[in-house]
Parts: sequence; C-alpha cells; structure tokens
Amino acid sequence: MITKERLQHRTIEEILTDYPFADSFFKNNTLETEGAAELDWAGYFDRFDEEEMEDRALDSEQLLMQLTEFINQMLEFLDEGQQVHSLTILPGLDKSGNPEGFDELVIRKSEVISIVGPTGSGKSRLLGDIEWVARKDTPTKREILINDEIPDSSWRFSGAKKLVAQLSQNMNFVMDLTAEEFVDLHAESRMVENRPEVVERIIEEANKLAGEKFQPDTPITSLSGGQSRALMIADTAILSQSPIILIDEIENAGIDRKKALSLLLSEEKIVLMATHDPVLALMGDRRIVIKNGGISKVIETTDEERTILGRLEELDRTLLSYRTRLRQGESLLD
Amino acid sequence: MNLVTVSGPPSSGKTSVILKTIDSLKQRGLKVGVAKFDCLYTDDDILYEKAGIPVKKGLSGSLCPDHFFVSNVEEVTQWGIKEGFDVLISESAGLCNRCSPYIKDIKAVCVIDNLSGINTPKKIGPMLKSADIVIITKGDIVSQAEREVFASRVNLVNPSAVIMNINGLTGQGSFELSTLLFDEKDHVDTLVGKKLRFSMPSALCSYCLGETRIGESFQMGNVRKMDLSEKGPKT
Repeated sequence: MITKERLQHRTIEEILTDYPFADSFFKNNTLETEGAAELDWAGYFDRFDEEEMEDRALDSEQLLMQLTEFINQMLEFLDEGQQVHSLTILPGLDKSGNPEGFDELVIRKSEVISIVGPTGSGKSRLLGDIEWVARKDTPTKREILINDEIPDSSWRFSGAKKLVAQLSQNMNFVMDLTAEEFVDLHAESRMVENRPEVVERIIEEANKLAGEKFQPDTPITSLSGGQSRALMIADTAILSQSPIILIDEIENAGIDRKKALSLLLSEEKIVLMATHDPVLALMGDRRIVIKNGGISKVIETTDEERTILGRLEELDRTLLSYRTRLRQGESLLD
Repeated sequence: MNLVTVSGPPSSGKTSVILKTIDSLKQRGLKVGVAKFDCLYTDDDILYEKAGIPVKKGLSGSLCPDHFFVSNVEEVTQWGIKEGFDVLISESAGLCNRCSPYIKDIKAVCVIDNLSGINTPKKIGPMLKSADIVIITKGDIVSQAEREVFASRVNLVNPSAVIMNINGLTGQGSFELSTLLFDEKDHVDTLVGKKLRFSMPSALCSYCLGETRIGESFQMGNVRKMDLSEKGPKT
C-alpha cells in the first residue's frame, strides 16, 4: 500500500522506477513524462499554466488520488498470494421461493462443472451471482464463498481484478489488428513480462484447437468463426486474470472442444459451462441442473455415463471427419 | 430522494441500461422517475412512458446541452421531490465528450460501449474520469479479450470508479447496478449551493451569441487560433 501523501513527494522518475506499470497511467492520461524525471507531483503540474490545465481538463489533486489508487490496485493484482483455489455456492431460493436442491457446492481449481437447464430457467442469474460474488443480496439469495471464506468487496468493485471471464457465443472482433498485435495488446494490459513468448504460445495453442491454421499476421477480423473461438479460448486460458471462466455454449464452433477444455484446465482455471451438448455436459465432473430459477440438483458424472461419453465422442469424431473432408473438397464415400 | 446523474456518448446504451436497472429498483418497491436531457431530438421519453416510468424531457436546442443541464437540474430535482420519487435518474449525453456535468456528492454514472474503440477512454475527459461508476455496454458483441483490454483502459483513466459490464438488451448486470444506485441514507433536498465536479469549457464567443459570418473581424470574446506554423503544435 502506498499513500497519496508519500507519492506526492517522490519524483516522477522514482515513481516510474518503483512502479513501472505507472507508465501506462501517465500515457493513458496523456501526461508526458519526458524531461520531468526530477520533478515531484506539484513540480510536474507547475509546468502547466492554468489555461492549459483547464484546456486539457487536468486536475492534479484528482490525478494524484487516482494514481495512488491505480498503484495500489496493481500491487494487489500482481500479488500472487491472491489465488483462488475454490469457489463455493451456498443455496438460495428458486423463483417460487422454495429452497434450492443442494446443500453446498464446492468447485475446485481445474474442475469443470456443466450447467444444464432450459432457456430462461435461470442460468444467467447463476452466472450473474458468481460474477457479483453474491452475498444473499441478489434475487436468488445465494451466497458465494472464495477459498471457503466470505470474499472481500474488491472482487465486486475493483476495475483491475475480476473473478470471472466470460466466453460468450459471439466471437466477433471489432479491432483492426493482426492476431499477434491483438494478443500482444491484451498481454500489455495484463502487464505480462515476457510478451513475445506468451503471444507466440497463445497463437500456437489456438492453432491446435482450430480446424484450419492461421498466421500471426492474419487480421483478426478475417479469422473464421472457429479460428476466432480458438484464439479467444487460448487467449482467455493463458492471459485472462480471472480464475473462473464461464463458457456459454461452445458447440458447433469448428474447434476441438475437448482440447479447448483441457487447455483451460491446464491453466488451473475453474470452468463453468452452460451447455445442451451431451458430449460437453458429460465432460464435466459434475453438472448443475437448473429449474425455475434455482438449482434443483447437482449430478456427479458416473462411470456409466462416461461410457456413453465414449460412444458420443466416437460419433462426434465421425461428424468432425466428415466436416473436414467436406471442407477439403473430398468425397464422403471413401 | 436519491439523485443519480447518468451520462455517456450518444447511442452508448444509456437508456437501455437505465430501463433495465429501473426494473430491478421497482422490484424492491422503489419509486423511480427519469429526466431526459438531449440536444435536438429524443424519443426516449416514449420508451420510459411505455415502461410506466414518470419522465420529463428537455431539449437544449440551440444552447450548449450541458449548460442547459446545469441551468435546469435544480428545477428537475424539485419536480422529483414533489412527485415523491425514491430515486430520480437524470440522463444526458455529454455531447462534446468533455463535461456532462457531474455534481459533487451526487452519484455519477458514465456509460460507454465496447465498440467505441480502445483509445476512446483516453479521449473522453471528466465525463469518464470523474464518474463514480463506469458502465461498459455491448460486451456481447466483442470478444472476452477486447472486453478486458477496454476495461483496463477505462481503469487507467479512472481507477477509483466501479467498472461494470452490462448488457442493455438482456439486462445482465443491471440488477447489480441497481444495488449501487439507491442508498437509504442519501437524501437530496436541493442542489442550490452544490458544486460541479469540474468546470465547463469556456463559452461565450460571438458565435454563441448568434453570429454566423466567418472571419477575424466577426470574432469576439473567447477566440483562440490554431498553431499552423511549420513547427506545428506540440503534442
């Protein structure tokens, strides 16, 4: 923790040396630091006259407060002690006000839980409860614990620290960048140190998931649906700071879903997956069944069910191979 | 009554977010009204009326929209008190991306969208930088990585804000926002004497006063010339 008072007496150079990430704060607030190394906070703002301060809508007091806040957030964010090992869901009520049908659901790192239930049954609310770290203060009255404890509010309110990354069905990109530039930008926002290596690894992993390979210099906007999803899954697995990944339906995406899941798990994430696809649902260790806005039960995937999974996967492979052959212009008969 | 000022660029999703959030506030039995400020045109009052929400609309027309807002916000507050609202939400577009005047001690929410480009947080002034809550919309159309990059850029220019992603179409996240908008302990009786969080841009040049002719001899008041010399302006 650093205080505003201590920060304002340091020179710009001292701040940037102690907290290298503060550089992006200066840049994003369009504050030039060149030639200001020796100046302290007041000295730095003395360089602007009143008119310029007003023109650029600068407020030195507010900026100092925000820089302090930013540095503290980043220190906390970079602190490895903040790891999430488990997520606990304590039951609340369904839409009719009846208690949910489970006692306590503890999900550990590298575990996959699938979520099944008809559209509109309350899946989004469950995902919402987890994201908001519900404390019996959401419509379902559920409670979420992290590492068996009531988590502090920073999971809710911090801009830098988010519990949940959500892979939605839409995978459009709107930025005009190549795959490499894009991943690098994400890595930069996460303050990754060995960026080129990490970027290379993400593109490599994405290419393992995608049906057709793409190059690092392929513009993200010209990636196919499958390639986009593959890139996003690899990126989220490796770069997202959030310990919990929510996946909303990855079926029919033209990617190797089993590999996708194992990539996410190898990065020690907790994976929650809303799905109607039996192959995916059975890949989960357990599945949550949602009815009428509440969790009606939690089913362990049994060995018998897993035998079915074997058959389904076989069917899935057949389908996939036909798809690949079609794509490559081959006949399906031989 | 609680007063909340919401602002954000046009089409960022302010109205959708407010409508969904009011649903959640109403479910808690709270009475909510809206004052909609716009420049030339708005149909949003009809949307609010359809949802059964009492609404007043103000169009600034030929006046600076944010000056118009400050000149009317006290009267609007009194209307809200008279109507017996628990929460009054004012909605306005910070049209020049600078002010959208937030008031000290009054909750300030800024709405921006993921489609507006990653450099947008840098370009928006006090409207983004001095907000208490920043809502990012349209996250369903972009990838998780883009959402994270965008949110981190917002966090860089306003680390003290609560940053939330809300889907204005499905309402995902709006319940969570609703819990931040009403506080039983907050009461506004009048805004008289309260201060803006940031001063507005200097106004009053000859064009503010109706001049339409171009040329140095017609320019009076607040005039500034661009630096067009070889050297160019410093950046």
